[in-house]
Amino acid sequence: MIQAQNLTKFYGPKAAIRNVSFEIERGEIVGFLGPNAAGKTTTMRILTGFMPPSSGSAQVAGFDCLTDSLEMRRRIGYLPETVPLYPEMVAWDYLDFFAKVRDLDDRDVRIARVMDVCGITDVAQQVVGQLSKGYRQRVGLAQALLHEPEVLILDEPTIGLDPKQVVQVRELIKSLAGQATIILSTHVLPEASQICQRVLIINEGRIVAEDTPANLTRRIRQTERILMRVGQVSEDLTERLRSVPDVLSVAPRDEGTYEVACALDTDRRAALAAAVVQGGWDLLELRPVDMTLEEIFLQLTTTEEVQA
Amino acid sequence: MNVLNVAARELRSYFASPIAYMTIFGFLVITGIFFASYAAVFMDPRALMYNIPATMDAILSNLVIVLLLIAPALTMRLLAEEQRSGTIELLMTAPLRDWQVVLGKYLAAFALYLIMLALTLYYPVILLVFGSPDVGVMVTSYVGAILLGAAFLAVGVLASALTRNQIVAAVLALGTLLFLWLIEVFAPLLPTDLTLPLAGGALNPAEALQNLSIIHHYFDFTKGIVDTRHVLYYLSVVAICLFLATRVLEIRRWR
Repeated sequence: MIQAQNLTKFYGPKAAIRNVSFEIERGEIVGFLGPNAAGKTTTMRILTGFMPPSSGSAQVAGFDCLTDSLEMRRRIGYLPETVPLYPEMVAWDYLDFFAKVRDLDDRDVRIARVMDVCGITDVAQQVVGQLSKGYRQRVGLAQALLHEPEVLILDEPTIGLDPKQVVQVRELIKSLAGQATIILSTHVLPEASQICQRVLIINEGRIVAEDTPANLTRRIRQTERILMRVGQVSEDLTERLRSVPDVLSVAPRDEGTYEVACALDTDRRAALAAAVVQGGWDLLELRPVDMTLEEIFLQLTTTEEVQA
Repeated sequence: MNVLNVAARELRSYFASPIAYMTIFGFLVITGIFFASYAAVFMDPRALMYNIPATMDAILSNLVIVLLLIAPALTMRLLAEEQRSGTIELLMTAPLRDWQVVLGKYLAAFALYLIMLALTLYYPVILLVFGSPDVGVMVTSYVGAILLGAAFLAVGVLASALTRNQIVAAVLALGTLLFLWLIEVFAPLLPTDLTLPLAGGALNPAEALQNLSIIHHYFDFTKGIVDTRHVLYYLSVVAICLFLATRVLEIRRWR
C-alpha cells in the first residue's frame, strides 16, 4: 500500500531524513517512533505530497507521490501535527468545505457520520477557534476520515489531549484497523505498542529498527529480568539470590526491591522465591519485567548499533 | 469547481472577521466624501454657468488612492495566514492544484471588491436623478475601476504568497503598488527625445516606463475611452501576478 525507496530530504545543507526505505501492507497500522526532529513529520509530508523528496521516491495507494500526486491525494487522509483549522469557521462548515473540495456525494450524511464517529456532533455548530484542544484534534481527525481514505496518515494524533481523550482517539484508530492502512507518528511509546502492529523507529533521519513491538523487545533484550520486593533489606539476601542458578546479576533498587537478571530463556522465579522464603525473609512481590519500548527506544537511539 | 469552493470559503471568511466590514465602511466613507464635495461644486450655480459635466470622474479618479490602501488590506491574509497557521498543508495535500488555491483566493478578494463597487452605484443614480450625466463615461469609469482593482488585488495576492506574515504582505503590496504608481511621476523626468534601438525599433525609455505605470492606463477610462491596450495591461498584470504566486507556492514545497 505504501512504498518508500531511499527517501532523502535536505533542508538547506542539513538532511532531515536520509535513505529512508520501508514498505507497508494494506490494512496495517504502523507507528513511526522517534524523538523530536527525527524526521517523522518530514517523511509524512513527503508521503502526503506536501513536499517532494530531495531524492528517492514514494508510492501511496498505487500512485507516485510526485508524478501522480493528485490521484494519490484523493486516496489519503492526513492529520498534520499542528491541526490546521480555519478558526473563524463553524465545525460543520469546515468539514463541508473539505467534502466539497474532495467532490464527495451525500455530504450531509458523511459529515454527520464522521462527527458521530469522532464524538464532535455536539460542537457541530460551534466556531472552531473556540473549541478546546481535544475537540480541535478530533475535528482534524474527522476531516481526515471524511472521504473514507485508503490510507490514513496521522502526525502525532494524540498530542495535547487529556488522558480520557487519548484513550478515545486510540480506540478510534484501532477501530479503523482493517478498513484503512494507517501510519501514525508518535513519541509516546506505549501508544505505539498499544495501537501499532509494526513500529518503525526513526532517529536522526534514519530508520534504526523496524519490527512488531513484541519482537523488538525480544530482540534487544539480553536477559530475563525479574523484579522482587522483600520485607527486609540485607546484604545476605543479595548473596543468596546470586547463588541461584542462571542468575547473572542482582541489583538493589529502592528500599527492599531487587532487580534480578537471569540468562535468556530461563524461568527462575520459583527458585528465587524459594531462596527468599527459605532464608527467612518475607517475599512481598515477584514479577517478570518486560523491557519497555522506552528502554528499547533509548538503546536504539543512543547507540544506533542494532543489526536490522 | 474547486476554484469556486475555495473562493466561496474565503468570501465567507471575509465576512466572519471585521476586515470586510471595516474595509467596506472605509471605502464608502471616503468615496462618499469625494462625491459629496464634488456634488457641492456641481450644485453651485457657477458650475452650471461653466457647464461642468456631471460624471463620476472626480470620485473614481480618487479611487486610486483608496485602492492603494484597501487592496493590501483585503489580500494580506489570503495566503500568508494559510502559511502561518499551517492550513496550507491541508489544501496542498487535498486534491487541489496550487493554481486553484491561488485563483480561488483571488476571486474571493475580487468578489468582495465588486461588492464594494456595487455599493457605490447609488452615486450615479443620484447624478441621474438630479443631473444629466454622460452615462457612457460612467460605464467606462466603472470598467476602469474594476480593471484597476483587479490588478491591485493580484499584486496583493502575490505579496501574500511570498510571506507568512500578514503585515509584511500588506507592506510589500503597498510598496509594490506605490512603486508602480510612482513610475508615472518619474518617467517624464527621463529625456523624452531619447530613443534606444531596441526590439527592432526605436524605444523611447520615458514612454516605455510610463506604459509600465499601473495608473497610467487608468485615466482614459474616466474620460470615456476603452482602449484595448489598457485592458490588456491590467489583464496581464493579473495573469503575471497570479502565475508568479502559484510558482511561489510551488517553490515553497521544494524547500
